[in-house]
Amino acid sequence: MFYGTDLTSRLLLGTAQYPSPIVLRAAIAASGAEVITVSLRREGAEGGAFREILTESGCRILPNTAGCHTVREAVTTAQMARELFGTNWIKLEVIGHADTLQPDPFALVEAARILSAEGFDVFPYTTEDLIVGEKLIEAGCRVLMPWGAPIGSGQGLRNEGGLRAMRAHFPGVPLVIDAGLGAPSQAARAMEMGFDAVLLNTAVAKATDPVAMASAFGQAVAAGRAAHAAGLMPSRDMAKASTPIFGMAELA
Amino acid sequence: MISVLGAGVAGLCAATALAERGLSVEVIVPEGAPDPASNLAGGMLAPFCEGESAPEVVVARGQAAADWWAARVRGVVRRGTLVVAPPRDAAELDRFARATRGHVWTTPAELEPELEGRFARGLFFADEAHMDPRAAMADLRAGLAERGVAIHCGAPSGMIVDCRGLSAQDRLPDLRAVRGEMLEVSAPDVALTRTVRLLHPRFPCYIVPRGDGRYMIGATMVESARSGGVTARAVMELLSAAYTVHPAFAEAEVVATGAGLRPAFPDNLPAIRQDGDRIHLNGMYRHGFLMAPVLAEELAQMLIQEPAHAD
Repeated sequence: MFYGTDLTSRLLLGTAQYPSPIVLRAAIAASGAEVITVSLRREGAEGGAFREILTESGCRILPNTAGCHTVREAVTTAQMARELFGTNWIKLEVIGHADTLQPDPFALVEAARILSAEGFDVFPYTTEDLIVGEKLIEAGCRVLMPWGAPIGSGQGLRNEGGLRAMRAHFPGVPLVIDAGLGAPSQAARAMEMGFDAVLLNTAVAKATDPVAMASAFGQAVAAGRAAHAAGLMPSRDMAKASTPIFGMAELA
Repeated sequence: MISVLGAGVAGLCAATALAERGLSVEVIVPEGAPDPASNLAGGMLAPFCEGESAPEVVVARGQAAADWWAARVRGVVRRGTLVVAPPRDAAELDRFARATRGHVWTTPAELEPELEGRFARGLFFADEAHMDPRAAMADLRAGLAERGVAIHCGAPSGMIVDCRGLSAQDRLPDLRAVRGEMLEVSAPDVALTRTVRLLHPRFPCYIVPRGDGRYMIGATMVESARSGGVTARAVMELLSAAYTVHPAFAEAEVVATGAGLRPAFPDNLPAIRQDGDRIHLNGMYRHGFLMAPVLAEELAQMLIQEPAHAD
């Protein structure tokens, strides 16, 4: 699924903003997630104690370049991540705007090209733009991670039509909805639409009960995935009785 | 004799509680020991607000802190905490209200006239307090001196109560650092009389009045043991948050900046731990002034019941 690695759980979990490492560990376990993302830019090499707690969770680590605004920052952070975690996986974020945290597609493609050439397995945080997606594939990415909505906004799938078009345009590429999800129903929706996985953080970390919310998202993702595989009925604009209306007894 | 190692908030509270029970106590600060992280604390006694992310035990037990301090040091201001959010982040207030108790909805300007026209609504936590942490620790040291408790840098001569904060990592492998950064400004144009917390999804901050137009603005939370000075990013974030609370903070004079490392256990809860003959009081995280008195009293109670240890 992702660079030759198959996963059972289709939920990827971020590790920031939890009340404590203990709660974080319990939330990871409750969610069933097998992959967790970790930021490095602000913590630096001295964030070892927290990283050790994450490594002990047994999950596969997907380090990220959150907080990077330029190609060079992102590339340097990715290289540091490879050294610290011993993985080629990198979630590539190059932020274009400090308020919206919208990705900078130009810098993203350039950084993806550099990192792919250096042997990284790049998971780019991008928009639903099809051309940017194609450029990222051409740069070496084998996974695309379009946003649902701006990071931390909890708006869900803000451009569902665009995301549907993206799913249809890249039938063989693993697509992960990354960022903007606020409710399990939104995660289930993404999975029903045929996305391969979802990645989220704030909706769980900032819930009043993060562990219970992690479990709720885990179930929603599994339900959405199962529903997609089972074949959803199309929606209609008229009622369609589930009981035949012909051949009924005439009681007059 | 009981030898308390460390003179941060944990050590001073422990020594005070022990000395008050008539136990013979000394406080040891080795030469070259780092300054206690408590020096950079906000000095908020805000058990209810902390309940936003801290477990119930902090809320329930932390409520004793304000009385404990008020009985021993000067300058405990019991005017509560005001919590506000920028209009576009109003949903954060609802979330905060759901996650905490001990509050009422309020019109911020009715409590702090300076905020007239800036925030339509806020949360008021009437039973919270604040103080100047350095002044409070100075008063505790003075109180200890009056009781004949020596603070020295020599070798410990009694049973060890280890309150060394992050320096105790040599004996507590699961103790980690959580970096915090803060500013102190002089803003005589701003007249806030109580702690104001600004909720923001990315840049929350609190502003604690220190008297004479001075304010402490804090604090970042970074999972890192980096010990250097405050970062430009932290200064920008904290000041822009303060500016959101009151634009006159833009004209403030930055008096001091500080960056320190909070000692934290994996559950982020302060704790008493047995370690052979030694007892640790550590993991204060961001709850030092709130929880150190509570744990110090618990510790003193333990030791008074086991006098054999205390000779």
